[in-house]
Amino acid sequence: MADTMKLHYTVDADDFTVAGEASGAVKKVLKQLGFSSDIIRKVAVAMYECEINMVIHADGGVIDVEITPEKIRMIHSDKGPGIKDIEKAMQEGFSTADEKVRELGFGAGMGLPNMKRYTDEMNITTKIGEGTVVDMTVYVK
Amino acid sequence: MTVKEIADRLKLKAVCAEENTERTVTGCYIGDLLSLVMSKAQSGDAWITIQGNINVPAVASLTDCAMVIIAENMQLDSAALSRAKQEGIPVYTSEKSAFDLACGIKECL
Repeated sequence: MADTMKLHYTVDADDFTVAGEASGAVKKVLKQLGFSSDIIRKVAVAMYECEINMVIHADGGVIDVEITPEKIRMIHSDKGPGIKDIEKAMQEGFSTADEKVRELGFGAGMGLPNMKRYTDEMNITTKIGEGTVVDMTVYVK
Repeated sequence: MTVKEIADRLKLKAVCAEENTERTVTGCYIGDLLSLVMSKAQSGDAWITIQGNINVPAVASLTDCAMVIIAENMQLDSAALSRAKQEGIPVYTSEKSAFDLACGIKECL
């Protein structure tokens, strides 16, 4: 499709100072393209939560974003430890984050539930010891 | 009332107030757990928190908050300050509690 815009970002491990750069950049692009503030918020929050997870739990990773007039798809891939129990991880309040992360205001066990809440489609593929792919789509209605 | 007017009325200390201080504040949210803030804070809110780290301006920007007020004399760290400047997020501090600040803001809305 001619009007698909593709963006690619790298998220560094253990670096909170750069977490949010990818979602911030995508937010600006969507704003320039004229998407509604509701759509922009959904995409930005879902991406930011996922970026933070990559910083906290995995050794960073990569994000690929595809933007069309109909939908925004975000594919977050990391080579982290994988998610042991996805069902548990999806429960609000469940977190494996350490004290340092909690002091920074994260680790409330809201990350994955927020991503699900703010996207129309969310698929997680994970393998212990190999990594996780979180594939999310927001439809423009 | 605008960000600047609220800052004056509540005697807030400006930490980053170079841009967007003429924006109208339409609501208020108090929270320190950033994921909760991201799901609950609304565009145009004055966000009151005791967090002062790098993630605060990022969350304020994502949720489109009009201003951040750091309560209880807590401070914004230097990395967070430069991010706030970059994002154009007005940030203030106050010695007041979140409750007192929220009560003050209610009178301004």
